[in-house]
Amino acid sequence: MTSPITSPTTLSVLNGEPRVITVGAELLGEALDRQAVPRRRVDWRPPLPGTAAALAAALTDPCRERANEIAVGRMLAARPRLVGVRPAREALGLEPGTFFHAGPPITWERASGPLRGALIGAMLFEGLAATPEEAGARLASGAGITLDSCHHHGAVGPMAGLVSPSMWMLEVVDAEHGGTAYCSLNEGLGKVLRYGAYGPEVIDRLRWMGEVLGPVLAATLERTGPIDLRTLIAQALQMGDELHNRNRAATSLLLRELAPAVVEAAPGHAAEVLRFVNGNDHFFLNAGMAAAKVSADAARGVPGSSLVVAMARNGTDFGIQVSGLGDRWFTGPAGVPDGLYLGGYGPGDANPDIGDSTITETTGLGGFAMAAAPAIVRFVGGDVSDAVAATTSMYEITLAEHPAYQIPGLGFRGTPVGIDVTLVARTGLLPVVNTGIAGRVAGTGQVGAGLVSPPAEAFTSALQALTDG
Amino acid sequence: MSDLVEVRAGVYHDSVSLMRVSQAVTARPGVTVAVVAMATELNIGLARDLGFDVPAATPGDLLIAVRAGSPGELEEAAAEVERQLAATGAAPGPADRETPPRTTRSAARSWDATLALVSVPGEHAFAEAMDAVAAGLSVMVFSDNVPVEQEILLKDLARDNGVLVMGPDCGTAVVAGAGLGFANVLRPGPVGVVAASGTGAQQITSLLDLAGVGVSHVLGVGGRDLSAEVGGRSTVQALRALDADPATELIVLVSKPPAPGPARAVRELALSTPVVTALLGPGEDDLTAAAEKVLTALGRSVPRWPSWPAPGPAAPEPEATSEALPLRGLYSGGTLCAEAALIARSAGCAAGVFTDFGDDEYTRGRAHPMIDPALRLEALAAVGRGVVLLDVVLGHGADADPATGLGPAVARAVTRGVRVVVALVGTEGDPQGLRDQAARLNAAGAAVFASNAAAARHAVDLCSG
Repeated sequence: MTSPITSPTTLSVLNGEPRVITVGAELLGEALDRQAVPRRRVDWRPPLPGTAAALAAALTDPCRERANEIAVGRMLAARPRLVGVRPAREALGLEPGTFFHAGPPITWERASGPLRGALIGAMLFEGLAATPEEAGARLASGAGITLDSCHHHGAVGPMAGLVSPSMWMLEVVDAEHGGTAYCSLNEGLGKVLRYGAYGPEVIDRLRWMGEVLGPVLAATLERTGPIDLRTLIAQALQMGDELHNRNRAATSLLLRELAPAVVEAAPGHAAEVLRFVNGNDHFFLNAGMAAAKVSADAARGVPGSSLVVAMARNGTDFGIQVSGLGDRWFTGPAGVPDGLYLGGYGPGDANPDIGDSTITETTGLGGFAMAAAPAIVRFVGGDVSDAVAATTSMYEITLAEHPAYQIPGLGFRGTPVGIDVTLVARTGLLPVVNTGIAGRVAGTGQVGAGLVSPPAEAFTSALQALTDG
Repeated sequence: MSDLVEVRAGVYHDSVSLMRVSQAVTARPGVTVAVVAMATELNIGLARDLGFDVPAATPGDLLIAVRAGSPGELEEAAAEVERQLAATGAAPGPADRETPPRTTRSAARSWDATLALVSVPGEHAFAEAMDAVAAGLSVMVFSDNVPVEQEILLKDLARDNGVLVMGPDCGTAVVAGAGLGFANVLRPGPVGVVAASGTGAQQITSLLDLAGVGVSHVLGVGGRDLSAEVGGRSTVQALRALDADPATELIVLVSKPPAPGPARAVRELALSTPVVTALLGPGEDDLTAAAEKVLTALGRSVPRWPSWPAPGPAAPEPEATSEALPLRGLYSGGTLCAEAALIARSAGCAAGVFTDFGDDEYTRGRAHPMIDPALRLEALAAVGRGVVLLDVVLGHGADADPATGLGPAVARAVTRGVRVVVALVGTEGDPQGLRDQAARLNAAGAAVFASNAAAARHAVDLCSG
């Protein structure tokens, strides 16, 4: 009975038809079915082995929920714009003999074939060695050589991710939060430095990119002004790209933006530059990676947040960084991708997973947006329903849905954004990553493309660190 | 003898479903033992104790260990395991049209729910319950073994979000007509129940139902809610909500005697709806008396509670002795067990030994005795003389046919000269049917009572001859 004097707290659950989510013993759920009570069954599994205590500690931290809201909010709000193209020595203060690479930090001794190949190629390109043998010997001795992770310098690079002082970098600024991120220029497919090839055609192409492509694009962007990558990515998703293994739409859109200004800025080189960009469906990948990097970096450094802000591989280790855990890397062995192989290559030729391109998955693109790109599902194995299942499962481990990046085939649902290590541990679902496959032996180049699973221990050790305070 | 031992990585089924699989496989010809269970430390230990050679496994793996008389029988049993597991996996609820969600969090995002029912193992329950509360849903936490700090956190957030946490260790609730957990089928009516004791609430509401009085809602709050630590957080919320509910004309609060702090908090609530308090403890009304008080308050007459006296002495008459007979209480309901023990003690029957098989120490790694009668049957078989007092609780979620499981064991005990008394808690509407179950337990030789207090008094009388 309601009294007019007191103002009691009501419970909405007491009114109207009960609709019940059941999680746990199916017997209790079936009892509801027999009463014809509408219910939704949770397909619950125990968390990843050994995480129960850390999960309990992390989930009871009263700050976590709010910290994650702030962190993922920043990731979603980022407005990446392509503002320029500059040499790495200028943009990143890179000195001769210093090389940045993909993934967590690594030494020459532990580096895999493709990373070693890329380092050798970069030594040749920078004129620090005359032959691959000399380059290898100098790198092995370590004299005058410094290696560091791209991620430590606001940069990312696909596959080996190698950055040397003379390479030109795309510069992307976050108009919302003011951050800056860099990524190298994409060389195309086949025998390329990022896949560990270092033959003369690789070095010649890098020279042309440094002498022609970089300066022309720099002059072009001065004419066009900043290019809004958030809008471009949103459009490309609706045109069948997932922005990691398929960038055909995004590249076309970017080319459309750039072409008139290229002609104006460098009439003498316009044809070769436009032909080069047009001939490489992955030209946009690097711009998309810098956009993803600047968005993920906006979410860094929120105390208590369990949001993943970087996933990256160096060909040996797969590492992640977490918003509330500073610049620490949490790693596990990089896995060998499962996919399709080019020509006569097979799984035996494949190197373990490599590259910073997982920054796309970190921000909800790539494997997370597979449902947007039915055209590539065959390339990475499987059919359209697998693509939809991949994206759908990623909503289970992410904190939000992107307001601008939408998937038409899912009723324009936003892409799943913001991996939460606690949700990974709870569900045992690991991020779905689309990737290219590099040859195991230095100098080989690309051998295939496919899907790869990150090592669970990267996520469980990060979770543990969150609770160690 | 042939053994099959297999560990399947990452295959999960809940413990209750797996218990059903184990039972079905054990029932195959030639099978001496079957363990189909998640590979928890406890279950691996159990299988190793049975002599199975179990490889290393994690709690996220499925363990299958079967022993049969011959390789052929083992093969048949293995096929049965597959059939049963397949049937277990493919039991989606009616609302499952697409891939089912993996957490309560994602279920709440994709489906318009009003509440959540959490029954995962206790150490994992907090995450699911927190998801529900954060999504603005009331939640019943059936799971036990949930740390009290987690309970407090949940209940504080629930209060802020205007939702109710029922539990942890909440066995029963009826919310807007839906029976959750172990729930009797009760007619709708004017009585709202707030219960820190599941079987206590089931006893009172079942008796009220037998007297023709129904319920508006039964809101469980968890056995610890009125402790000093938890401070009655959910009790206060539930009382206020029922006070505001137009369908509720009278509230019953069922609990063990609360700690002084929460008792004060409850007293200080200015409720406009009358409250009948059923506090189980020395000097307090028993549950049946509390039900009678409710009937009186509603101006209804108190019926004679149904009972079925034991059939004539087909069994040998217990030895005539001036000495009191031993009394063994084998309970599945904690509150019913405590009530019976209190009645026995206050009647001067100090020799009674009472076990609550629903207690945490018996349910870690296995199903509740209302579902899995194995431990109780074992204990019953071990009684050689005297009086055994049992509860049988009917309703949704409980054993679909307890008389079939218990009947033969009761009959054997009676044959040994043991007197068996059953407190049968349930209603005519329950899927098992109160009268049918009573008749069959009675036919097995037990004296059956709808009132646990009456059953306990009868058992005490039998003991003192």
